[in-house]
Amino acid sequence: MSTDKTRGGHPTASDAVSRRSALALAGSAALVTVAAPWVARAQAKTIRIGMPTILSGRVATLGISSRNAVMMEVEKVNAAGGLAGRPIEMVVRDSKGQPQEAARVVRELVNTDGCEIIIDAEASSAAFAVHEVARDLGMLTIHTCSETSQLSADPKLRIPNAFRCVRQGVHDSVAGAAYAAKIAKEKGLKKWATCSPDYAYGRDTTAEFIYYLKQFVPEVEVISESWPKLFQPDYTETITKLLQANPQAIYSCIWGGDLTAFIDQGNLYGVFGKAAFFAVNMADYTVLTAVKNLPAGVHSGNRYIKTFPTTPQNAAWGDAYRQKYNEYPTNWSWENAAAVNFLAEAAKKAGSTDGKKMSEALKGLTIDSPFGMNGKITMRAEDQTIVDYAIGWGTTIPKEPYMPNVTPGDWKQIVEYETAWKKSKGYL
Amino acid sequence: MDLDALFSCFASASCVITQATSGFIIGMLLFLVAVGLTLIFGILKVVNFSHGVFYMVGAYLTLTVFQATESFTLALVAGGLGTALVGWLVERLFMSRIYGADSLMQILVCYALILIFDDLVRMIWGAEFRSMGMPSTFQLPPLFIFGGVVPPYYLFVIAVAALIAVVLGLVVSRTRAGKIVRAAAHNAPMVSALGVNTTVVYGLVFAAGCMLAGLAGALAAPVRSVTPGMGFSILIESFIVTVIGGMGSIVGALVGALLIGLLRTFGALGFPLFNEGLMYIFMVVVLVARPTGLFGKETA
Repeated sequence: MSTDKTRGGHPTASDAVSRRSALALAGSAALVTVAAPWVARAQAKTIRIGMPTILSGRVATLGISSRNAVMMEVEKVNAAGGLAGRPIEMVVRDSKGQPQEAARVVRELVNTDGCEIIIDAEASSAAFAVHEVARDLGMLTIHTCSETSQLSADPKLRIPNAFRCVRQGVHDSVAGAAYAAKIAKEKGLKKWATCSPDYAYGRDTTAEFIYYLKQFVPEVEVISESWPKLFQPDYTETITKLLQANPQAIYSCIWGGDLTAFIDQGNLYGVFGKAAFFAVNMADYTVLTAVKNLPAGVHSGNRYIKTFPTTPQNAAWGDAYRQKYNEYPTNWSWENAAAVNFLAEAAKKAGSTDGKKMSEALKGLTIDSPFGMNGKITMRAEDQTIVDYAIGWGTTIPKEPYMPNVTPGDWKQIVEYETAWKKSKGYL
Repeated sequence: MDLDALFSCFASASCVITQATSGFIIGMLLFLVAVGLTLIFGILKVVNFSHGVFYMVGAYLTLTVFQATESFTLALVAGGLGTALVGWLVERLFMSRIYGADSLMQILVCYALILIFDDLVRMIWGAEFRSMGMPSTFQLPPLFIFGGVVPPYYLFVIAVAALIAVVLGLVVSRTRAGKIVRAAAHNAPMVSALGVNTTVVYGLVFAAGCMLAGLAGALAAPVRSVTPGMGFSILIESFIVTVIGGMGSIVGALVGALLIGLLRTFGALGFPLFNEGLMYIFMVVVLVARPTGLFGKETA
């Protein structure tokens, strides 16, 4: 599946040039040999897109699901004639999730492999490093996995050639808090506890969620906070601490295998029967299909779910992915698939694969997408990040369709609070 | 620091019972891993850095057998014995070649084993985490003892681990086999000269140590996520336990593990932001006061 290729098979533009100058040096050789650069040119018609992602280590499945989604969409684009007539060839490399390795891989992809576009399927830590390489080398880059809002919100970081096709922390927090606020008001949930992993993502996401929840429901009070380590095997002390605090509701952004362990161990103490549980990362197929004793009525945000948006296009995409790879797509899958769709539309609009022209075309571009709230996603021109993607919350059940009813977020409200947040940070 | 929470917990029986039993459960699983480690060090004089591997193997074997047969008893037995077999093979093929070797060499071999087994697990069971789920026998509401919350499954785990501790203690101190093992720890060449096949003794001790780690993994499988590399997380804590308790001491491993467990659960209340650090500070204090650990013997 990995398309790592050594040089030679497909000469790149720079090969052609160097070969041509070499030929020029050879003097006025026979006309036959002069034809060689033209052969090379014809082969260089393929456009190479580089993709650094995490293919080894504990979160390798996320990287693999990103690559799967990209390959599935690239096949479709190529079948329809490629990017402005040039078939796409993907070059996917493992960064192990390390910032310095991701930066190195991207430089190699551009300088050695001749990739003209980068799909940056890196988590936040490495995405910032890739962003700096994009600033340096100037190739068109789409971030497809980093949810950290700062990446696109901070004008100091902004560059004309980098875009982000990912859900965003601040969007999730506003939508999640608005949903939780409604339930908190209905049921009188005032005493809250939080339990999130102790690193940047866990801390920031939890702080933002609580900040907006308190804006919507000022009576909310956080009576207990726990910060277990990422990949901690045992949550007993966290769970008994929750029992002592006796909250009415619990918020958590624990994810993956940590979340299933937390649920299995919490079940033993009957934690989830006593308090409402808001776990933003619950409705992820990886977790939903693994967890065996899912408590009733866990509230979760959507990651990728076939039932939301409730359109045949979305369900068909999820099914097609499952049929091809024998598992359900992840949150990273849809984000990467959408990025390929954006590139295809941008090339069509620009009528070219030139990075600058495509960047211009991407700004403000709206595409039809199964992952859009109303069937469309827009690449917002002002900060080069996507809006109007599907965002919503609902409760989960232990079998298909896992999250049958999703309450959609309100994009007008999300943007309003996002703008206020940007102002408070001095970004606007 | 949140000392109020800690003191108000000590004032309520329900809180003390909940925190103490949860401390015991963390401690007992840790004990099973640490006691194997300490046994292997005491007799084979090898610091088995790859011990976490056997905890992982036990968990995966249990998960597989449970999913195939739906019998938790069978799964536990398979987890323990299967890991013992894997441990015995590892001892015969690799460990037996590095007895008495340079400690760097031993670390290198153990580290290689960690990497190899993690990759093997990925190849056999996949890179994604697995969840076994609670066997239906134990899908019970928690018990309330004097207001304290105690999950029935954890009572079972504590009972199993306590039974193992007692049996192990009796075997080592009261039986002929135990005598040979103790003698081999003290002076292996002499034991060998007296006609005991120490190669077999070493193989069995290593296998037994691995079986205990495998059992810990088996007992943890229903409540912890089963994933490649899961052995590493418990390894560091097990080392802290053996350092606190004293390398080579079974009682030390038990006391050390329970102390760490209690430190974690009560520490979570009193020092929520420094819980992890408490464990290391405790280790430092013990090392300063008693460099050989609480129950360690002075080495000659």
